[in-house]
Amino acid sequence: MEVFVQTFVSGILIGGIYGLIGLGMTLIMGVMKIINLAHGQLMMVAMYITFLMFESLHLDPYFSLLVAMPALFVIGVLLQKYLLNPLLNVDSILPENQVLMTVGIGMVLTEIIRFIFQSDYKSVKTSYSSSAVYLGGISFNVPMIVAFGIALGLTALLFFFLLKTDVGKSVRATAQNRDAALLMGINAQWITVLTYGLGSAFAAAAGSLLLPIFYLFPDIGGPFTLKAFVITILGGMGSTVGAIVGGVVLGVAESMGATYLSMALKDAVGMVIFLLVLIFLPGGLKALTKV
Amino acid sequence: MKSINWPTILVIAVLALFPAVVPSDYYRHIFIIALMWVVIGSAWNLLAGYTGQVSFGHAIFFGTGAYTAGLCVTKLEISAWWGMLLGGPVALVVGLLIGWICFRLRGPYFALATIAVGEIFRLIATVWRDFTEGMEGILIIQTFRSKIPYYYLALFLAALCITVIYLVTRSKWGFYFVAIREDQDAAESMGISAFRYKSLSLMISSFFTGLAGAFYMNYMGFIDPQVVFSLHYISIMAILVGIIGGVGTIWGPPVGAFIMVLLQETFRSSFFGLLPKWISEAHILVFGLLVIFVIRYMANGIIGDWSKIQRLWSKDRELLSASGRN
Repeated sequence: MEVFVQTFVSGILIGGIYGLIGLGMTLIMGVMKIINLAHGQLMMVAMYITFLMFESLHLDPYFSLLVAMPALFVIGVLLQKYLLNPLLNVDSILPENQVLMTVGIGMVLTEIIRFIFQSDYKSVKTSYSSSAVYLGGISFNVPMIVAFGIALGLTALLFFFLLKTDVGKSVRATAQNRDAALLMGINAQWITVLTYGLGSAFAAAAGSLLLPIFYLFPDIGGPFTLKAFVITILGGMGSTVGAIVGGVVLGVAESMGATYLSMALKDAVGMVIFLLVLIFLPGGLKALTKV
Repeated sequence: MKSINWPTILVIAVLALFPAVVPSDYYRHIFIIALMWVVIGSAWNLLAGYTGQVSFGHAIFFGTGAYTAGLCVTKLEISAWWGMLLGGPVALVVGLLIGWICFRLRGPYFALATIAVGEIFRLIATVWRDFTEGMEGILIIQTFRSKIPYYYLALFLAALCITVIYLVTRSKWGFYFVAIREDQDAAESMGISAFRYKSLSLMISSFFTGLAGAFYMNYMGFIDPQVVFSLHYISIMAILVGIIGGVGTIWGPPVGAFIMVLLQETFRSSFFGLLPKWISEAHILVFGLLVIFVIRYMANGIIGDWSKIQRLWSKDRELLSASGRN
């Protein structure tokens, strides 16, 4: 029983961070109707920025959020403005052009990072990296709790932005119906640029929060891109609440899989859930609610 | 055929004479790999370019074909060449099952589902050690030391694949495929069963990809899950071959295959040893940049946008001659 509770707790904690990755992805998916296959790679870039800050300035990974998030916001804005938006005017046979473009972007990001930092594994060792608090026999890893807390805070901020500000409302309007939003005087092009920036910034946040717990190498992006879209499909495309729930569900499922199946099959658990959701519950968890 | 297609005959003649003219095993090897990619790229193109179902999981069929051939040796203790007969059909059956699951989904969702299935296959092949030997992979002894038999086999497979796809796209099936690509709902309302014809397209596509996989096992003599089920080196590469050459054209993937393989080899060998060694690390970077460039400026690939390229070229020359006159 203790093992079960322990597994469950660590699943929920990691799920908070997964939720952040999923939030960024779901924003982009909702507004642009495309899958961002460079999402994990953007997160990887943020992780390297955080790593660099730690190595050169001894900046705590959590403070690097303030550097990594704006930096990735800018990168995201530039990518959307100069590479993805122009494709809307290009006539081509395959409608998945933008998706393929994100594949290309992901490859280039990975390789540039590999060029600069080489392929070897890196990690950030902070004083609190392996500290834990115990509560009735269950251990809570400190960096994971901090990460979970910050993830919740950022999520709350995003909700405030989407629900209460004009720009946030424009984002939601564009996601609901792009043409109608255009007719209401919303600059949809600008909104997509902003959204991609925001999505990248959230991926960056997840990356910085993961760094004290995780290790780092250039190819880490791919697996996280897969996780990101598993979360988004699980939660229901474009649903922000769904992304958080999806993140937590994936986190719990993965840690259950790692404990009760095998470490190697941990990643397969996510994929199997993904396929089952696609087949039996195409709208994701969102479809179960009336919202 | 009413008129003789001179360019096609020329290409076949050049490729058929190539090993006789070029004695180097190294260049023969590059051409063998390129011809293998012609098969995979063309097969991918039938499903993605003609039927509009963009697959991110062709490594599934490639790996299945390769493992069929490998398992012939390790489990059945027969020659890996039986894999050439079995690889295609086994991949076809796998394709049928995957189509049954994934064709409920459309567009980007189909693409995602194929990534997921591909990863599941890779993990199964890695974890199920009793059956697939896991990460150690399967090692067999190649039948021929010379590259020439493999070269002509690859050439035959490429020619067969292109011919079949050419014939299919000009048959009634091909028109159904394109109808589904252009508008699935409209096609269904015309009485075309989208599910049936998408499955047919996937079956042909997976058959040839599996055949290429079985050939790879026989030729390279070694496979492991990270190579043959790789998302990056097989599935994504198949897409790159398709889009760089041009989706929805017969000659696009073959051109794309040769460009990609030659480019890869040029960089991997640091421009054949002429440039410093670190260049060899840049080959995926160059792929990425090429993808971005092609999608941005030549959305239909080199063959698909050939007229556009020609126009640019002639405009350039006009400008040059105009400036020359001044």
